Amino acid sequence: MTRPPIIELRDVQKYYGEYHALRGITCDIRQGEFFSLLGPSGCGKTTLLRTIAGFEDVSSGTVVIDGKNMQGVPANQRPTNMVFQSYAIFPHLSVEQNVGFGLRRAGLDKGEMARRVGEALEMVGLAGYGKRAAHALSGGQRQRVALARALILKPKVLLLDEPLSALDKKLRENMQVELIKLQRQVGITFILVTHDQEEALVMSDRIAVMSEGGIAQMDDPETLYRRPNSRWVADFIGVMNFLPAKVVSEAGDTVEVEIAGLGRAELTANQAMASAGGHEVSVGLRPETLTIQFNGNQSGERIAEGVIEEVVYYGDMTYYDVRLDGAAVPVRISMRNLVGRPVLEIGTRARVAWSAGALVLFR
Amino acid sequence: MSRRQRSGRLGRSEAASGLLLVSPTALYALLLLAAPLATILAFSFWSQDYLTIDRSFTLKNYQEAFASQANGDMSLYLELMFRSLRISGAVTVATVLLAFPMAYFVSFHVAPSRKSMWIFLITIPFWTSYLIRVFLWKVILGYNGVFNTTLQGVGIIDEPLTFILYNANAVVITLAHAYAPFAILPIFVALEKIDRSLLEASRDLGENHITTFLRVTLPLAMPGVVAAVLIVFIPTIGDYVTPRLVGGPGGQMIANMIQTQFLKLNNAPMGAALAVLAMLMVGAISVIFVMLNRRFLGGQK
Repeated sequence: MTRPPIIELRDVQKYYGEYHALRGITCDIRQGEFFSLLGPSGCGKTTLLRTIAGFEDVSSGTVVIDGKNMQGVPANQRPTNMVFQSYAIFPHLSVEQNVGFGLRRAGLDKGEMARRVGEALEMVGLAGYGKRAAHALSGGQRQRVALARALILKPKVLLLDEPLSALDKKLRENMQVELIKLQRQVGITFILVTHDQEEALVMSDRIAVMSEGGIAQMDDPETLYRRPNSRWVADFIGVMNFLPAKVVSEAGDTVEVEIAGLGRAELTANQAMASAGGHEVSVGLRPETLTIQFNGNQSGERIAEGVIEEVVYYGDMTYYDVRLDGAAVPVRISMRNLVGRPVLEIGTRARVAWSAGALVLFR
Repeated sequence: MSRRQRSGRLGRSEAASGLLLVSPTALYALLLLAAPLATILAFSFWSQDYLTIDRSFTLKNYQEAFASQANGDMSLYLELMFRSLRISGAVTVATVLLAFPMAYFVSFHVAPSRKSMWIFLITIPFWTSYLIRVFLWKVILGYNGVFNTTLQGVGIIDEPLTFILYNANAVVITLAHAYAPFAILPIFVALEKIDRSLLEASRDLGENHITTFLRVTLPLAMPGVVAAVLIVFIPTIGDYVTPRLVGGPGGQMIANMIQTQFLKLNNAPMGAALAVLAMLMVGAISVIFVMLNRRFLGGQK
């Protein structure tokens, strides 16, 4: 299943004067993969993308694309194309001139050129828009033009710099699905820069979570969500409840901990991601791994009790903040609003079901 | 209903205060621009016999302006008109060609925090009177001027160059220098407005620095270039001081002839007719440029 790498980054460092923007990035991006660089603003994700594109030089380390070292290769000679955050549509050109911009060097005749531009426009759902002036397009259409303009050159890697951040929520969600389909259709490696963790989870085959110029964790979305390797990553991706805990005993692959509010639990080694440190630890639980029991006890789950302190109603979901007996801070629990299931009130005592397998231990 | 009345009254009072605000300027323009123009236009259809002005309508001045000379050559007036066009065209080309790299440098290669200082430095020549600057060029370009003595001193030439003063070349050099800031500023503004990611997009799509300049930067800077052309071309075609001081006999332009007609030959109607013709010519060329500019702007927001 693992395909050969198309991009190999080896200890890539980037300094802007004193500022250390990229702190030794090493990673392989595989052929045909949808890869995301995810992180808060200023974490270096855009710098890394621009380094791959050739707009920034590396201070040290190597960037290899398709087996060739890119040292000294300018952007116009790299087998990458980019969709810019602002889309960078040429305002003085029509849609088809924009899309065909990069074909000029291919030396195609007019008919072939028009055919390929037409194909590219059709691929992004803009067939028939060729004669329009670029400035007469909506945000979503501009983005499609930018995509067509990059994909028409059949790059080895398509770089997307926060391409969806300027669109409204509905359009963004539609475009996410369209981008995934498009990527499968063309089979080109996509590298997406985003600060939106949900977007990254939805779209990517693999995600590199970046923090302060380094990669904090690189994994597929599910592993990243279920087994974050640090509190920081856990906190950045989705919602995570943290409960203080004490290590009772450690034996081989298992760790037994005493968790405030939940009691004792045995965790296996792969749940205990980070290493070292004393015996004061914390465990993380995702809101959806906890359930408030409405009627009767289900088998196989452990039960903790607590008081509902806050209720947030979202339509399809309700979030409850429940302070478990013996815990200092409340945990957030998300519950689907199924038919016949009431929304509980603040102050109600609740029975919370949990299972040790969903816990993550942070030391 | 009442709301509409109120907004109507508001509109009226806004219009009234607007008129009040522009009235000093409007009055000024009316008195000092429209009225003299009308007078000039009227004069051009009159004639003068030594000291008395004959106010009967005549096209005599215009006929004289276009009439060929006895030997079949073009009339002196038309020749001066075309020479003015040529000189002004040369000044415009020289100024814009020199201004573009300057504007490009400030816009693309000067740190943002230093740009305003650079623009400020560019306006330094304005601190000196225009007349003094023209005289200085006389000093620089003259027979024993800075330029010639330097070249002679380093042994590049034996005899002083004479083609650089008291002819059309001197007028072009002097005017191109005087109008450089006027050309730099609009081009600079147009370059500043170019989204830098467009240049990166062009590079990303396979174009090198030169082709990016030709395919993206230059087309997007064209509105500024057209503005610069107009700003330089229109005033220089009617310039009078520079040809007078550095032009010599071969560098005289239409404005010098108009002055001669009004003051030396005491033929105001003829001078007025030439002024009207010059204005028409400038007007026609300006309209062409404005239309060109609109075409360039047509594709942009």
